[in-house]
Amino acid sequence: MTPLVVSIAGTIASVALLLVVLELIRSHRLRERYALLWLATGIVLVVLSAWRDGLNTIAGWVGVRSYPPAVLFAVGILFIIAVLLHYSTVISRLSDQNVLLAQRLALLEDELSTTSSTK
Amino acid sequence: MRRIAIVPAFNEEQNVGSVIDEIRAVDPTFDVVVVDDGSFDGTAAVAHARGARVLRLPFNLGIGGAVQTGFRFAFENGYDVAVRVDGDGQHDPAELDKILAPVLAGEADIAVGSRFAGSQDGYRSSRSRRVGIRLLASVVSRIVGRRVTDTTSGFQALNKKGIALFARDYPHDYPEVEATIMVFRHRLRSVEVPVSMRERAAGRSSITALRSVYYMVKVLLAIFVGLFRRNVVPEEGS
Repeated sequence: MTPLVVSIAGTIASVALLLVVLELIRSHRLRERYALLWLATGIVLVVLSAWRDGLNTIAGWVGVRSYPPAVLFAVGILFIIAVLLHYSTVISRLSDQNVLLAQRLALLEDELSTTSSTK
Repeated sequence: MRRIAIVPAFNEEQNVGSVIDEIRAVDPTFDVVVVDDGSFDGTAAVAHARGARVLRLPFNLGIGGAVQTGFRFAFENGYDVAVRVDGDGQHDPAELDKILAPVLAGEADIAVGSRFAGSQDGYRSSRSRRVGIRLLASVVSRIVGRRVTDTTSGFQALNKKGIALFARDYPHDYPEVEATIMVFRHRLRSVEVPVSMRERAAGRSSITALRSVYYMVKVLLAIFVGLFRRNVVPEEGS
């Protein structure tokens, strides 16, 4: 069985995560599209922390008998991996776009200098 | 009075030409500006050939970023009235007079053409999309305190005030829903005008079923968080 203190601490921590994410969106520091995964992380962790029977059941399914809160770690790590992977795709897209912008700028500068020198 | 028609287009070489021609046919005083949202096809070339101005984005920004490019252009070039007519041919330029009327009469800062406000004249979209549109409409109506029937319509006319607001701040991805609420919170006057819309003439929409669900969640989140923001009222002039 999960110790009660662990459940309480887990719930507080994940609610705090949710509140921080929502505040970041509210103050325009985090775009909704990049917040969705974080919100999913927070919601799942809140549910698993607060719903003690659920955590025990799920721990049973995946063969964790001695210490059910280990499932909390596993799920947390899984979500962190998902967020990081998502960010890797975002960074890849941004660097592609950055290359395009630099190339566009070089072409425009060339166009500008040739039109101004022919005048 | 200087008028501009903003035509966002992404891979619409088959439709954008006739959209430009139709706008000109309805009202030749419009300057037509096509925002080419990183198309792979001949959209920009077709638009150029028809004599429209073309703003080519170096990569796809999505509809919100593309449309805002047009509003920025309109704002910086001092246009008095702007209309948005999508490059897929869904918005019928023959209906332009209807959405322009309240703006020209000074009754509204923004007029939006709604498919559902008037008679049900057979606009068909997929069932799931209709459900989504209706759900968003009821949420938005509750927030702005008046009946909004078509939150996903991008067929709109706006005056200088509206242009200035959207040039400065416009939502991304799936902008119309959030824009409706933004307009309300900035205390701009907006009206809905019944119009009929067409099926897209050729090609396919860039919105798929899975994307719709994602947009839906994203937009509802944006609306929910937006409720906790301070009320904002526009600065004068600028």
